[in-house]
Amino acid sequence: MTQIPENIMPNSEPVEMLLNMGPQHPSTHGVFRMVLWVDGEKIVDVVPHIGYLHRGSEKLCEGEQYNQVITLFDRMDYIANFNNEHVYVRAVEKLMGLEVSERSEYIRVILCELNRIASHMLFIATMGLDAGAMTPSMFCFRGRERIQGLFESVSGARMMHNYFRIGGLKEDVPDDFVHQVREVLDLVKKDTEESDKLLSFNEIFLARLKNIAVMSAEDAIDFGLTGPCLRASGVDYDVRKAAPYSVYDRFDFDVPIGLDGDCWDRYYLRVQEVYQSIRIVEQALEQLPSGDVASSLGRRLLRPPAGEVYVRGENPRGELGVYLNSDGTDRPYRIKVRPPSFCNLSSLKHMLKDSWIADSVVILGALDIVLGEVDR
Amino acid sequence: MLEAILLTISLDDFIWIIVGLFAMFTCLSIVVLSLTWLERKVLGRLQLRLGPTRTGPMGLMQPIADALKLILKEDIVPASSEKALFWVAPVIVVISAFMIWVTIPGTQTAVIQNLDLGLFYIIAFSVIGILGLVLAGWGSANKYGTLGGLRAAAQLISYEIPIIMVAISVAMLAQSLDLREIVDGQNDYIYVFVQPLGLVLFFIAGLAEVGRTPFDIYFAESEIVGGPFVEYSGAHWSVFFLAEYINTFAIAALMVILFLGGWSGPVLSGNWEIIWFLGKVYVVIMVIFWVRGTFPRLRIDQLMAFAWKVMVPMSFLSVVMTAVYQFYDWPAWSLTAMSSAGLAVVGLLIFKKMTAPSKLVAEVKARREALEAQRRPAASGGGD
Repeated sequence: MTQIPENIMPNSEPVEMLLNMGPQHPSTHGVFRMVLWVDGEKIVDVVPHIGYLHRGSEKLCEGEQYNQVITLFDRMDYIANFNNEHVYVRAVEKLMGLEVSERSEYIRVILCELNRIASHMLFIATMGLDAGAMTPSMFCFRGRERIQGLFESVSGARMMHNYFRIGGLKEDVPDDFVHQVREVLDLVKKDTEESDKLLSFNEIFLARLKNIAVMSAEDAIDFGLTGPCLRASGVDYDVRKAAPYSVYDRFDFDVPIGLDGDCWDRYYLRVQEVYQSIRIVEQALEQLPSGDVASSLGRRLLRPPAGEVYVRGENPRGELGVYLNSDGTDRPYRIKVRPPSFCNLSSLKHMLKDSWIADSVVILGALDIVLGEVDR
Repeated sequence: MLEAILLTISLDDFIWIIVGLFAMFTCLSIVVLSLTWLERKVLGRLQLRLGPTRTGPMGLMQPIADALKLILKEDIVPASSEKALFWVAPVIVVISAFMIWVTIPGTQTAVIQNLDLGLFYIIAFSVIGILGLVLAGWGSANKYGTLGGLRAAAQLISYEIPIIMVAISVAMLAQSLDLREIVDGQNDYIYVFVQPLGLVLFFIAGLAEVGRTPFDIYFAESEIVGGPFVEYSGAHWSVFFLAEYINTFAIAALMVILFLGGWSGPVLSGNWEIIWFLGKVYVVIMVIFWVRGTFPRLRIDQLMAFAWKVMVPMSFLSVVMTAVYQFYDWPAWSLTAMSSAGLAVVGLLIFKKMTAPSKLVAEVKARREALEAQRRPAASGGGD
């Protein structure tokens, strides 16, 4: 009788295969790389690799004047530029004790919420693509394109706006801004409803997302998740409500929370957040005061007093924190960013445990990372 | 032996076979070109796009531009690949796809070589294509390719069973495996009226068989980036897609022949009936494209569970029902009733198996709404 080699015995140890996913993979949302150890179709272990998009943004900030840093923040979370700018300018304003005019605050909030809608629409689109549905992405991109057209009319750029200034805004919005936003909001609402109807309760989509990568509330807090990923696990925490900044305390809006903490909850929560953001923008448009938006500082070189400050804000992806240390010169001494994507990504290993290869794509998609922010 | 075979074939037959094969190749190539154009246009319309517009009127020249581009592209063979397998895999896939068409009739006379066991021949040949996919995955020495090849093997073999069983039940109805006789058998009523269950099973299994959404799992773009085709480029890649479109067309044609009365229809007669045939086939294909524009992709384990827990038992049931109907010589409506009941069972099973999460979702939604309703007065009270 011939000897059967040890390694093909049926009850020998499972043979694991190393599967490299990324950085050039259509579903890793940029240049993220996962090294998966797979046993057949099951994932045994994962080693995430980041840093392919590292540009040293934090260090670069130290070499720029305070007003120039805004452009670098635009390029961190490049899907939600306004939200990033907002947190940074608020940090400097807090350090300098600046008052910002009512009108600028309202316009900032309107733009930030619009940017949140645009970002979530991109998420819904990519979530559909990750699960294999092509059509919802087109509905969502149409809506996002409308919002970006609006941004272009306001700031002159579709993505890297560089529109917020320390103490105000670059310039006032166009005359028909309110009218334009109202028009776009109606259309965006329709786009979202369309893709919602097509995708959210589709049986196959549910089969793919429901009960995948369940995170309990305790786990979510332990991993430092913030934003939709945290709220999907049932934790009612939103910086806009928990520590209201800007003029967020003047609006009536709900913070949707999920109950199961699975991928579908993470998805559906963002769909609901789109509707809430639309509510906020509608209210802000109602209340929008007239007045000046230019910074009281004019075009002077900024020299904030020496000191340090930590400011946080609710980005579409979670809580963005900016630590700013000034030594009294015209350039920041140190800027440290707490990027939500990076912290959310740290839970990936926990989530991918015992999932299928096909799930890894969906799980990563539901985390909604932006590599520009993860690697900075 | 060879001499004996050659003696049975006269020169006329030989010339006829050569001409017929050339005609078939040409027709199928034109069909594939039309399908790629149609798919782009239909998907475009579903997705708020225009589809191709730049190449010729309504982008009609787009498939030709695509084909030219693919042929002119460099055909990269990876250094680590198994060269022989890598080269032979697309050929196997495309030959099996073409061979099926030898015996699929367009009308009573428009067929290269009608076979008494036509249905059997088609099913036998369609399995060979799987071999090509597995070889392509293995030969390209790529892990994504290997995963895709193995997925293809699992998926296609599982879904072959319901296809065979449904085909058997139709053959029992028509008392023949000859496709022409199957169409003739539908003179009184087309088989979809007596076997709606069979049509649905055949359509679903057919989608899986040609790897169309929601069963495009073995080349899942967003997971294993093209599966067996990941290392292929240029002409080799286009050959795979030629085969895929021919297979899609074949599945649609079989559906029309087995269930929708083939080329039979009013007004037209003789070989003009092929217009009815093509019309019906294109309608089925439009439905396939429509499904592609609507559904996400299943996961491999869900796909296999669906095959073995729903499709296979139901297809056996459809054979048993047909057998009972034939044996006791019941009226036709009794089979319709049985088959519809079976379809209802399938629907229920799908609802139970696949829609179970959605019931959960409804629950979750209700719970969430209750929670929000609870929270709202508290929040507004706190605000005031």
